[in-house]
Amino acid sequence: MSDSKGEFEPKIVVYACNWCTYAATDLAGTSRMSYPPNVRIIRVMCSGRVDPQFVLQAFADGADGVIVAGCHPPADCHYIEGNYKAYRRFELFRKLLETMGIEQERFRLEWISAAEASRWVQVVNEMVAQLKKLGPLKPNLEVRE
Amino acid sequence: MSEKPKVAWYWCASCGGCEESFVDLAERLLKVFEAVDIVFCPVAMDFKREDVEKLPDGSITVALINGGIRLKEHEEMVKLLRKKSKIVIAYGACSAWGGIPGLANLYNLDEALERKYLEVPTIENPKEVLPTKKIIVNIPEAKMKAELELPEPLPVLLPLDKVIDVDYYIPGCPPTPDVFWNALQALLSGNLPPKGAIVGASNRSLCDECSLNETKPEKVLVKEFKRPDKAKPEPNKCLLAQGFLCMGPVTRGGCTALCIKGNMPCTGCFGLLDGIVDYGGKAISYFGSILDYSPVEEKEIKKAFDGIPDWIGTIYRYSLAASKLSHKAGIKKPKRIKEVVEI
Amino acid sequence: MSKEIVIDPITRLEGHGKIVIILDDKGNCVRAFFQVPEFRGFEKFAEGRHAEDMPQITSRICGVCPTAHHMASTKALDDLYKVDPPVAAKKIRELFYNLFMLEDHALHVYILGGPDFIVGPDAPKEERNVVGVIKKVGQEVGLKVIGMRKSIRQMMERIGGKTIHPVFGVPGGISKPLNEEIVKDLKALGEQGVEFAQFTLNVFKDIVLKNKKYLDLITSDAYTHRTYYMGLVDNKNRVNFYDGMLRVVDPNGKEYAKFDVHNYLDYIAEHVEPWSYMTFPYLRKIGWKGLIDGEQSGIYAVAPLARLNAAEGMATPLAQEAYEEMFEKLGKPAHQTLAMHWARVIEMLYAAERIKELANDPDILDQNVRNLPTEKPSVGIGVVEAPRGTLIHHYETDERGVIKRANLLVATQHNIGRISMSVDKAARSLIKGGVVNDGLLNMVEMAFRAYDPCNACGTHTLPGSMPVPIYIYNTNGELLRVIH
Repeated sequence: MSDSKGEFEPKIVVYACNWCTYAATDLAGTSRMSYPPNVRIIRVMCSGRVDPQFVLQAFADGADGVIVAGCHPPADCHYIEGNYKAYRRFELFRKLLETMGIEQERFRLEWISAAEASRWVQVVNEMVAQLKKLGPLKPNLEVRE
Repeated sequence: MSEKPKVAWYWCASCGGCEESFVDLAERLLKVFEAVDIVFCPVAMDFKREDVEKLPDGSITVALINGGIRLKEHEEMVKLLRKKSKIVIAYGACSAWGGIPGLANLYNLDEALERKYLEVPTIENPKEVLPTKKIIVNIPEAKMKAELELPEPLPVLLPLDKVIDVDYYIPGCPPTPDVFWNALQALLSGNLPPKGAIVGASNRSLCDECSLNETKPEKVLVKEFKRPDKAKPEPNKCLLAQGFLCMGPVTRGGCTALCIKGNMPCTGCFGLLDGIVDYGGKAISYFGSILDYSPVEEKEIKKAFDGIPDWIGTIYRYSLAASKLSHKAGIKKPKRIKEVVEI
Repeated sequence: MSKEIVIDPITRLEGHGKIVIILDDKGNCVRAFFQVPEFRGFEKFAEGRHAEDMPQITSRICGVCPTAHHMASTKALDDLYKVDPPVAAKKIRELFYNLFMLEDHALHVYILGGPDFIVGPDAPKEERNVVGVIKKVGQEVGLKVIGMRKSIRQMMERIGGKTIHPVFGVPGGISKPLNEEIVKDLKALGEQGVEFAQFTLNVFKDIVLKNKKYLDLITSDAYTHRTYYMGLVDNKNRVNFYDGMLRVVDPNGKEYAKFDVHNYLDYIAEHVEPWSYMTFPYLRKIGWKGLIDGEQSGIYAVAPLARLNAAEGMATPLAQEAYEEMFEKLGKPAHQTLAMHWARVIEMLYAAERIKELANDPDILDQNVRNLPTEKPSVGIGVVEAPRGTLIHHYETDERGVIKRANLLVATQHNIGRISMSVDKAARSLIKGGVVNDGLLNMVEMAFRAYDPCNACGTHTLPGSMPVPIYIYNTNGELLRVIH
């Protein structure tokens, strides 16, 4: 994807927990905060529901970056320990990305509570800037000359 | 006389274990010969590509294809078989998901060629000769030249369904004779399962048929992951509960848990269950969830995961080529295989 | 006008094989090539894997001889961790290994190479297979063979977890001990195995050795090569499949070298030809002199005949008797490629006798079958005699036991020089004046089939022989005709 100036515009898929981060994105909107339009937000019931398969699928379907976002540990999780599971899974998932030659910056696991709209805006801004530096992922997933 | 179903059997980058599994049908083999006509089988019969080309389209009832797609030659052959066959079956882990040779997708083909022909300690190759596509051989005593050809490998190994449409899958490395037999029964009964189905095996995870299942706790929780190099599994106790990376929970059953009967963890050769799109992704999900630490214990979590240096070879042992990423990012086309050389 | 005949695909280790026969304008064969057109790159993708996974990863090099790779790899792990397995583990491994050798050789004798002799080299194609074998020796014998293989392979599953791609090899031993019930069945299987091997030797003698035509074929110059021979021997220079020193004899049968596998790099080197993905090992100190035989060439052979040539006897009585008989008939060393089949049957007898010995050894019931490694790993080298010859696995790892480098020298590779020469020589001797027919081409194929190039020719049990499509080209590379 690129904008009218031909500059690369990264696509970011976000899996956001219904109880915290999704509410934070709402709050960012109702508070009239502005942030780049590069994110596609998918609401999930809990970060513990996010299977690493979802992230892999997003990369395979053309995402340049993926964010999984949930409630602050230790005690915010609506389901007690969904965020614990997410943390451990994605800690391991990073090893997969490393071996498969995909930059760590393309994946973020973030804890963003319902009140942290500004944190949400900051995360999106940072990631867009980082991905613009890295460039698109897709050409790397194809066999090159 | 040929009212029998016509069966073709072809191998790509296979090791021959699939053929052996077929021979291991033993006396049931004779029943197979009674029930079907084998019309093409390059390892066993003098049928050749031209013979297949001459067959009317769709005239082969079932083509069983084993091995991953490693050469252009394989690609051409399976496309031809697709055209001539009503049903195409990916037989065995390599054909279904790339299998162990699919681990080659972690490296550039050039790196693999360099390792084999230039770097290993036995090699003596000062002129850096590598296999070449076209070789012109001088034969001085007959005052003539002859041409030889070698096929070029594809940059990455592909599972069958990335090259052609596949109707069914028979899982396993190799499929056990019983699984193959079940699949044959299912296919020859005329009562075909829905397209894309995995036939002959179970629809439940391996734990379901594992003799150690009753020793598996309700909720498996471990503090470390063990490797069998320096640890000995206690007999008759769920290997997962002991901390070994047993793939049972995320693997399709059907083999009767043979490896576990051998007191070794399941390595996942029967592949994914229905509804799973990426075996390794699912395995990460599982192993991440059974590690018994809270996120504030970051050090312990890191240490537990670091205890296994090769996660990829563990969780994608048979299915890297079919995974969502399918190969390491940034793989390049090979440059080491030259077009022509004269000797 | 030159013509080219291509026999493709034939089977061997790592996929498909191809024979190309070059004819001059008189229709005489001037050169024949045995090409291996497949590459999978195990040496590279071993990098990054856990060392302890190698016995299961490398078994996928070949599904016909997975046990050979599994065992060579397991022994390389013992060496890597400098751990000596308990006595019971060593004996069970050797027992398991001999079970595998027996069934694998049986597969070859009755199903792959055997039909050439049992049914006859010039029999029609559709007869030259296991079905033809059964016709010739009787249904009862056919069932006996199927039954024997089945019992052995079921036993292997009980001991090793799986038959095709076993899982029981671990550094310092094996994954589980035997129990009384298995040992009881093993004893019975040992008896049955010896009887079966003796029976096979008699079949071979009746059908092959009593037939002058076959004997002439075996001893004909077309199938003879004077090369060096290599094989594992025990401390009395007798054949051993599982362990020992590597002994090499020269074409006159004189000991050329005897070395521990750790020194294999001093003796073995590999040469690369651009027309094959398979490399050509040779004796390093003699050097690569091209595809020629004789003392001055570094080409050596492995596999049953080479093993018997490289040794001074068999460690079991019946096999020793058969060994003496063979060399009395052929002279020692025997250079006749087709005597490989004879040697293979003698090895079956040895394997069966060894199974019987080990099955009755009280040590195998000891429940201590593993010593856990404590040393830091760095380099490990392991060797076994695969059915098709010497097999060497060599690993270098980091301190965590992760493979940095792997070198694998497989049996068919050691033989490839001699196989190439055999095919070339047979084609040149047999194909003259443009006469090329199925019988002649099969005789060319026999030259390599004798070596039992390791691959899943398992489906050879189906009707038909190996496929032999022939392409005849003129010098412009135009296809003139195709013979099947």
